Amino acid sequence: MHLDTGDTAWILASTALVLLMTPGLALFYGGMVRAKNVLGMIMQNFVAIAVVSLVWVWVTYSLAFGPDWGGHGIIGTFHFFGMSNVNDAPPGYTLTIPAVLFMAFQMMFAIITPALITGASADRLKFGSFIVFITIWSVVVYAPVAHWVFDPNGWLFKRGAEDFAGGTVVHINAGVAGLAVALVVGRRKGWPKKAMPPHNVPMILLGAGLLWFGWFGFNAGSALGANLLASNAFVNTNTATAAALLAWILTERIRDGKPTTLGAASGAVAGLVAITPACGYVNVVGATIIGLAAGVICCLAVRLKFALKLDDALDVGGVHFIGGVLGALLIGFFGTKAIGGVNGAFHGGGFGLLGEQALAVVVVAVYSFVVSWLLAMAIKKTIGFRISDEQEDEGMDLSLHAETAYEFSPSFGGSQIFGKRETSEQGSAK
Amino acid sequence: MKLIVAVIKPFKLDEVKDALTEAGIHGLTVSEVQGFGRQKGHTEVYRGAEYQVDFIPKVRIEVVVDDDRVADATETIADTARTGKIGDGKIWVIPVEEAVRIRTGERGSDAL
Repeated sequence: MHLDTGDTAWILASTALVLLMTPGLALFYGGMVRAKNVLGMIMQNFVAIAVVSLVWVWVTYSLAFGPDWGGHGIIGTFHFFGMSNVNDAPPGYTLTIPAVLFMAFQMMFAIITPALITGASADRLKFGSFIVFITIWSVVVYAPVAHWVFDPNGWLFKRGAEDFAGGTVVHINAGVAGLAVALVVGRRKGWPKKAMPPHNVPMILLGAGLLWFGWFGFNAGSALGANLLASNAFVNTNTATAAALLAWILTERIRDGKPTTLGAASGAVAGLVAITPACGYVNVVGATIIGLAAGVICCLAVRLKFALKLDDALDVGGVHFIGGVLGALLIGFFGTKAIGGVNGAFHGGGFGLLGEQALAVVVVAVYSFVVSWLLAMAIKKTIGFRISDEQEDEGMDLSLHAETAYEFSPSFGGSQIFGKRETSEQGSAK
Repeated sequence: MKLIVAVIKPFKLDEVKDALTEAGIHGLTVSEVQGFGRQKGHTEVYRGAEYQVDFIPKVRIEVVVDDDRVADATETIADTARTGKIGDGKIWVIPVEEAVRIRTGERGSDAL
C-alpha cells in the first residue's frame, strides 16, 4: 500500500469536518423545536456521537467494511472486530491513506445517520430508549446498508449502483427510519392543530452553516484523496446547495408571498442532501439542476406530512428521504464519465444506470423502513419509547435532563440544595 | 365590569383561549409569570450542584367582562384549565371602575 501524505492530510481534515456536522445538526434541529425541548434534542444528537463511535470501532465497522461473509454481498465478517487487523485495507479498496483513517472517516457517517432520525421523532422520545434504538439500529440497519452500497463487495455496489457520499446509505436510510419511528411513537400532543414554531431561528442558521461547512468533508472527502475528483465534488456540493437555497425561497415567494429564513436554511440542507450521492459523478450542469430540483420538490414535499397525518416534526422525510431519492435517481440522467463513474441517460449511457439507482433506492428504503419500524415497535412494547404526557407538557429539558436551556430570570428563583434532596419529585413539577 | 385574572398551566393556554372565544368572550391579555402556590417547584442539576427552583412558570390571563358574564367566564376558564392535579392555578375577580377603547373613545361596557 502506497501512502500519500497529501491524501492523508485531506482525509484527516475531512474526518474532523464530518464530525462537526453532527453538533451542527443538533443546533439546526435544536433551533426548530420549542424552547422547553431544545436540550433534549441537542442531547440526542450529541450522545449519538458517543454511542456510535464505540459501536463502530468495536462492531459495525467490521460488519460494514469487513471481508464479505459468504460472498453474497450482504454483510461483512468480524475480521475487523474491536479494531483487529484494522491496518489492513478493506477488500476491494486501494487506499493511499492509512486504513485506520478510512475507518475513522466512515465512522463519522455512521454517527450522523442515526442523529438525522431525531428530527422526525422530536420532542417525544425517552432518552434511554433512544440510546438503545441507535445502538441496535447501527448494527441491523446502518452496517448492512453501508455494506451493500459503499463496500466494493456489496451486492448493490457490484450491480453498479452509484452513491458517492451517502445519498442512499445516509439520507434515504435516515429519512425512512425517521418516518418509521415517528409512526410508531405517534404524534406530538396537539399536532397539527397546536402551533409549534421554531424557538430560535438564528440557531437554525448557525446549524445549517456548520452543516454546509462540514459537508465539504462529507462529499469532497469521499474521494478519499486530495485530487481532481475531490475538487469536482467540492464545487458540485457548493453549486447544488446554492441552487437549492434559491429554489426553495423562490418557491416560498411564489406560494406563500415571502421568502423565509427557515426556508433558506432548509433549501441549503435539501441541496446538500441531493448532491451527496451525485457529487462525484456529475458536472456543474447536473449539480445546478439537481440543486434546483431539490429546492423546489423538497419545499413542496415537506407539506405532505399534513396530508399523511404523520408528525415528522422537523421534516426528515421531506428533506432527507425525498432529497436523497432525487439525488440518487438524477445520477441516472446526469452521471458523466468525465467526472467519475459511468455515463447516465443524458450522456449517452442509456437507462441502465437509472435502473440500478432506482433499485438501490427502493431496496434501501424498504429495508430501512421495515427493520426500523420493527425495532421501534419492539422498544415500544418492552422498555417504552415515548415520554409520559406530563413529561411532554413540561418539556424534555426539565423532565429528562433536570436543566433549562435559557435562564433569564434575575433571581433564578431557586436555592442550592446541600446534602440530601428534600423533595421526592425530582426534576418534575407535579 | 370586572377584571378576571387567572394564573394557569402554560400548556392549557390555547384551550382556554379557544373556550373563551367560543363562549363569546373576545380579547384577553396574556403574560408569562413565575410563582408558587401549594405546588412544589422542581429540581435542576448543573454539574452535580442541585437547585430547588420554587417559582414555577405559569401563564397569567387577564380579561375584562360585564358583570353578567363573570360567572360564565370564570367557569369556562376553570373547567378548561383543570387537570385535577396540584398546580392547576387560581382565578380571582376584581371590580373595574372604567374602561376606554383608545381608538374610538368609547367608555364602559361599549369599550369591551
